[in-house]
Amino acid sequence: MFSYCTDPSALEGLTWLSCYLTTGKHAGFYISFGTVLLLLAITAPTALAFGFAGATAARSRIWPVKWFGKTYIAIVRGVPDIAFFLFFVIALDQMFEWARHQIKCPDWDEPIRQGNDFVVCQAAKLPLGEAPQWVHETYGFFLAVLTFAIVFGAFAANVLFGAMRAVPHGQLETAEAYGMSRRQTFWRILVPQMWVYALPGLSNLWMVLIKATPLLFLLGVEDIVYWARELGGTKLSRFTEYPHGDWRMWYFLVLLVFYLCFTKVSELFIERLMVKLTHGQATTGGETQRKAAV
Amino acid sequence: MKKLVLATSALALSASMAMAMDVVRMGTEGAYPPWNFINDSGEVDGFERELGDELCKRAELTCEWVTNEWDSIIPNLVSGNYDVIIAGMSITDERDEVIDFTNNYTQPDPTLYVALSMDADVEKGIIATQTGTIQAAHIAESDATLVEFATPEETVAAVRNGEADAVFADASFLEAIAAEDDSLMVLEQQVLLGGGVGMGVRESDAELKATFNTAIDSMKADGSLNALITKWEIGSTFE
Repeated sequence: MFSYCTDPSALEGLTWLSCYLTTGKHAGFYISFGTVLLLLAITAPTALAFGFAGATAARSRIWPVKWFGKTYIAIVRGVPDIAFFLFFVIALDQMFEWARHQIKCPDWDEPIRQGNDFVVCQAAKLPLGEAPQWVHETYGFFLAVLTFAIVFGAFAANVLFGAMRAVPHGQLETAEAYGMSRRQTFWRILVPQMWVYALPGLSNLWMVLIKATPLLFLLGVEDIVYWARELGGTKLSRFTEYPHGDWRMWYFLVLLVFYLCFTKVSELFIERLMVKLTHGQATTGGETQRKAAV
Repeated sequence: MKKLVLATSALALSASMAMAMDVVRMGTEGAYPPWNFINDSGEVDGFERELGDELCKRAELTCEWVTNEWDSIIPNLVSGNYDVIIAGMSITDERDEVIDFTNNYTQPDPTLYVALSMDADVEKGIIATQTGTIQAAHIAESDATLVEFATPEETVAAVRNGEADAVFADASFLEAIAAEDDSLMVLEQQVLLGGGVGMGVRESDAELKATFNTAIDSMKADGSLNALITKWEIGSTFE
């Protein structure tokens, strides 16, 4: 990157390091931090939406919906994450391709499963075989977001389900006494009040989600842990301009600091949010805030 | 008008299908120098990169390189995430039951032990190998204790920190490492394993297999394959 980097073997100390840290390979490492942050930024709201839908379904009076919501929560919470991550990537991908195959290639006469092989027509491939590499990566990323959302959505659903039940029953009865419909009670009374009960559980989930991002590499997305392992590994002078020994420890130290800083910032943010949500609520926290303000 | 639109879209569809056939996605591990590794600019490099690019040129295919963890490299081929495995994978009967192999592009590579001292016990000691390799299968059948690791890097690290007595892997991979580290020694014992290295393709992909076989044979015939093997110090050349 810098002009003096043409012959790294002649360099020493900080100049060597400045060249080393700006190789194309390291750029991949830095970009992967962005990938992880982007994943979190997209996954968190998606998982929350899944959770909200799941909790609402589990509370429903229509039994198939209720049954669906409860099953979703129970099954996903009961199966190890890693099994889900391995299962979903392949299963979701094959499901999408199978559906596209049925629509796009109706006169295909060969079987889709040939022994071990999963063969669909070229037009049904997702992404298409000739698509550039970034499309494949984006598709992998999308599968990752969906998988994370399904898994963490189930946990969020359970937290929200509990939070909905924690809202004092008197509030709901009062709403009914005012003549509100069930729908109105739900949106105007229950939902605004449940967040304060849900936040401790949701903040836990957020912390777990931050630390679960290394699972990304299972899904073929090159995340920060992959790059730390790859960059930190022993490099021989035959294959690189910057030979070094086993530096994985230092790279993992960087990750450790990153994750610690990130969780600390999250904690501060969640604390503030809690204060905000408590405001005006019929909880002990809300009561304390009211008295302090007087 | 409607017919015209239909006709053009059908044309476009068949054109895109023809094009799709020409892009072949090459799956590799990217952690096994000199066979395949990620170079300083973050791209796949090594013997198999050069070989693969040349084969694609001869077969008039456009090739894209993808990296995948060794552990799941066969399942991802079978489910269609890429079309070819080109990752120093030796041809064995067990693998041949799941996928198909092209003709071999290297001779059976001698396998070596590397240890911290010349008198390491390779008969009954603890031997580090990479998971799912022919080396791991070989040690599992011997009297030695097998410890497996996900990446080649970790197998060597296990010897350095004393977790294993020796690491068992391809000569080309280990000799490059031992040459630059005075504490590591190459033991005398050598074993010939496997039927050479080939490209893995899906069993349903006979056409692609034939295309690559032709390209490999033409590289064997004009000596360009031998030149690559010598350049990257992969092992013995073809006669």
